[in-house]
Amino acid sequence: MKPFFLNVALAAMAMSCASSTASRAAWEPVRPVEFIVPAGTGGGADQMARTIQGIVTKHNLMKQPLVVINKAGGAGGEGFLDVKTSSGNPHKIIITLSNLFTTPLATGIPFNWKDLTPVAMLALDEFVLWVNAEKPYNSVKDYVEAAKKAPSGTFKMGGTGSKQEDQIITVGIEKAIDVKFTYIPYKGGGEVAVQLVGNHVDSTVNNPIEAVAQWRGGKLRPLCVFDAQPMAYDEPIADGKAWKDIPTCKSQGLAMEYLMLRGIFMSPKVTKDQTEYYVELFKKVRATPEWQEFMKSGAFNTTFLTGADYAKWVEAEEKRHEGLMKEAGFLASN
Amino acid sequence: MEELANLFHGFAVALQPYNIMLMVIGITLGVIIGVLPGLGGANGVAILLPLTFSMPPTSAIIMLSCIYWGALFGGAITSILFNIPGEPWSVATTFDGYPMAQQGRPGEALTAAFTSSFVGALFAVIMITLVAPLVAGFALRFGPAEKFAVYFLAFCSFVGLSKEPPFKTIAAMMMGFALAAVGLDSITGQLRLTFGVTELLNGFDFLIAVIGLFGIGEILLTMEEGLAFRGGNASINLRVVLQTWRELPAYWVTSLRSCLIGCWMGVTPAGATPASFMSYGIAKRLARRGNNFGKGEIEGVIAPETAAHAAGTSALLPMLSLGVPGSPTAAVLLGGLLIWGLQPGPMLFVEQKEFVWGLIASMYLGNLAGLIVVLTCVPIFAAILRVPFGIIAPLILVLCAIGAYSVHNSTFDVMLMLVFGVLGYLLKKCNYPLAPLVLAIVLGDKAEEAFRQSLLGSQGSLGVFFSNGLVGTIMALGLVALFWSAIQEGYSRLRTAMA
Repeated sequence: MKPFFLNVALAAMAMSCASSTASRAAWEPVRPVEFIVPAGTGGGADQMARTIQGIVTKHNLMKQPLVVINKAGGAGGEGFLDVKTSSGNPHKIIITLSNLFTTPLATGIPFNWKDLTPVAMLALDEFVLWVNAEKPYNSVKDYVEAAKKAPSGTFKMGGTGSKQEDQIITVGIEKAIDVKFTYIPYKGGGEVAVQLVGNHVDSTVNNPIEAVAQWRGGKLRPLCVFDAQPMAYDEPIADGKAWKDIPTCKSQGLAMEYLMLRGIFMSPKVTKDQTEYYVELFKKVRATPEWQEFMKSGAFNTTFLTGADYAKWVEAEEKRHEGLMKEAGFLASN
Repeated sequence: MEELANLFHGFAVALQPYNIMLMVIGITLGVIIGVLPGLGGANGVAILLPLTFSMPPTSAIIMLSCIYWGALFGGAITSILFNIPGEPWSVATTFDGYPMAQQGRPGEALTAAFTSSFVGALFAVIMITLVAPLVAGFALRFGPAEKFAVYFLAFCSFVGLSKEPPFKTIAAMMMGFALAAVGLDSITGQLRLTFGVTELLNGFDFLIAVIGLFGIGEILLTMEEGLAFRGGNASINLRVVLQTWRELPAYWVTSLRSCLIGCWMGVTPAGATPASFMSYGIAKRLARRGNNFGKGEIEGVIAPETAAHAAGTSALLPMLSLGVPGSPTAAVLLGGLLIWGLQPGPMLFVEQKEFVWGLIASMYLGNLAGLIVVLTCVPIFAAILRVPFGIIAPLILVLCAIGAYSVHNSTFDVMLMLVFGVLGYLLKKCNYPLAPLVLAIVLGDKAEEAFRQSLLGSQGSLGVFFSNGLVGTIMALGLVALFWSAIQEGYSRLRTAMA
C-alpha cells in the first residue's frame, strides 16, 4: 500500500508544480524572506508586519517562510540602510512608516526612498485629535479657545518620537490656529494615550488603534480626524458614536491633513518579476478576512496603490514632508 | 466574590487538556529561551506570535505567557552556573548566585532562585486577582516626573552597594551613562556619539554589554586562574531541593519586601530589571548578614529573583487594563492581543471575562508547572558544572556568540561582545565594580528621557520632582537611600554624644 500512496503523492506534487509553472512562469522566493520592520516590537508597523506574517502562514500564501526582523536603530535608519545595501536581493522586504521621509531629513542618515524599489501601499494610517474625556472641550472650537487662552507654551501635546509624524502634525496645528504648544515626545503610541488619560498632557494625535480602547472605556474623547474625509467605519464604538461620526479637522476650522504611509518597499535593482510576486502576494493578503478585520480594528484608510501610482504618491509625499519639516525647523543641519 | 467565581471559571478554561499541553510546551520553550543569553523573552514571544494566529485567543495567550514565565525561570540558570545572565533581570542574581555555585552549592542557589521566583509570581497573581481595578488606577498617576523618581530611587538604593571605594563605583556608573547615551536622542531626534558609524545607530544594547562583561570576562578570568571550575564537587541529588526549602522560611521578611518592591515596579511600569536591582540593594542594606552579600549569601539570590518575578507578573496588569506594556515582552503580547481581535484597555475585564480570567488562572497553573519542571531539573543543571572547563568553556563562548548575534542578527554585535569581554576583564582586574556600570546602561537612557520629559512639561523647573505627594515621597526616599550611611553614622554619633 505504501508505495502506491507515495506514488500518488509524488504525482500530485509533480502535477501541481507543472500547473503552477505552466500558468505563470514567474519568480518565486527560494529562500526565507526577511520582512524588515524599521521600528521596535509592539508598535504600529510591527503589529502590521506580524499580522501579515500570521496571515501568510495561516493561508499558506508563500512556500518559503516570512521572517519578521526589527531594525529600529536611528529612528529606523538601521532598517532602511540594511535594505539599501542589499542591492539585488529579492528576499528582503521592508514595511515603512513616515520615517521613510522624516529620518533622512531629520538625522541626515544617508538614504532616500528612491534607493529602494516601491512594491505597494497597503493602507494609510489615520490621525485623530484626542483629549481627556473629563475636559470640558466637546468640539474643536472649544479646544482651540482653551489652547489660545492658556499662557504660551503651557498647553502640552504628547506624541510618539521626535521630529516625526506626531510632532509634524503638532507644528501644523500650531501654525493653523496660531498657538504655541509644548511637545513632549514618548517612546510609543500606547504610552502617549495613557499619559493623556492620566492628564499628564493636554491632547494627543494618536492613531485610532492606539487610543480606541480608552475611547471605549470613556476615558478619552476624539475631536477630529486629520483626513480629507471622515473615516469609513460606521460600527458604533462608544456612546453610540462610530469612527464615521468624527468630523474632519478641516471642516472644524483646523486646516491640517496628515496620513501615514503603511507601505512595502524592497531592495534596489530587483527585477520586475520579483516585484510583481510581492504585489500579487499582498493582493492575496488584502483579500483575507483577517486583514479586513485588522483594517477595521485600526480604522485604517484602505487605499491600495502599486507601481507608478505608488511611486508618484510617495514622491509627492516626500516633497510635502520636506516643506513641512523645513517650516518646522526639523531639517538636519548638515 | 464575583472575582472568585470568575477565577474558578478561568481554572476550568485553563485546565482543558489542550491548554495544559500548550502550557507545558510554553514553559519548556521559555526555559530554553531564558537559558540562551540574548534570545530574550520578548524575542521568543515575537518569533512564536504568528504561530498562535490560528489558535483561540485564550489558548494562544496561555502558551505565550507560559513562554514568558519559562524565560523568567530560565534566566536564573546561566546566571548562577556561569555568571552569564540570560535575561537583564537576572544580572542581580549573579552577584550571590555565582559565588554560591563556585562554593559547590549550585543546587542550593538554583532551588532558592526558582522557589523565590515562584513566590514572587504567586504574590503578584494574588494581587492581580484581588485588587486589579484599584492598582490599575494607580498606574495612571505615573507621568514622566514620577517615572524619573522611581529610576532615581533605583540608582540611589544601589550606590554604595559595592565594597569598592565610592569613586570607583561612580566612575563605573558614569561609564555606563556614557554608553547609554550613544544612539538616537529620543527627545531631539538627533544622533549622538555615533561618529557616522552605521552599526552604532542603535546604541549599545544592554544584552550584548552584559554577555561580554560577565560571560566573556568571566571566562578570561577563569583561564588566568588555571582553567579550573570551582563548582565541580556539586552534589547532584534532588534532596538538595528539600534541604534548601527547610532553610527558606527564615528569610520571609526579605521575600515579602521583595514581593512588594516587585509588584510596585511592575505596575508603575518600570519593569523587572530595576525591581531586581532595587530589591537586591535594599536587602543588602537591611539584612542581618548584609555585609556578606556578594560572597554567596542565599538571601542575595532570594531578593532579586522574588522581585523580578513579581514585577514580571504584575507587569501584565497595566497591559491588560490600560494597554500599556510594563515590559518589552508584555509589549509583544500586547501586539498579540490586537492581532487576535482583543482590545486591551478598561473594557477588557468587562467584555472578555473568559479570556482575562483564563489568563489569570493560567498564571497560577503556569507558574506551578514551571516550578515543577525546573526543580526536577536542578540536579541536571548542577551536574553541568562537573564537565571539565576545557570542554565547557568553548561551549559557553559559542553560546555567548549566538546570544549576542541573535539580539539584532548582526555580526558586529559579536565583535562588540568580545570588546566588552576584555573591558569586563580589565575592570575586574582593577577592582571596578561591574554592577553600577550595568545598571547605568539599562536605566540610563530611560532615566534621562523621563528627566527631560518632566522638564519639558514644567518649563525647566526642577520643582516638578516635588510637585505632588507621590513624586515627592519617592524622591525623598531616594535621597534617604543615597545618604543612608551618612545618616546612620550621624545617628550613632548623636547617640554616643548623648550618652
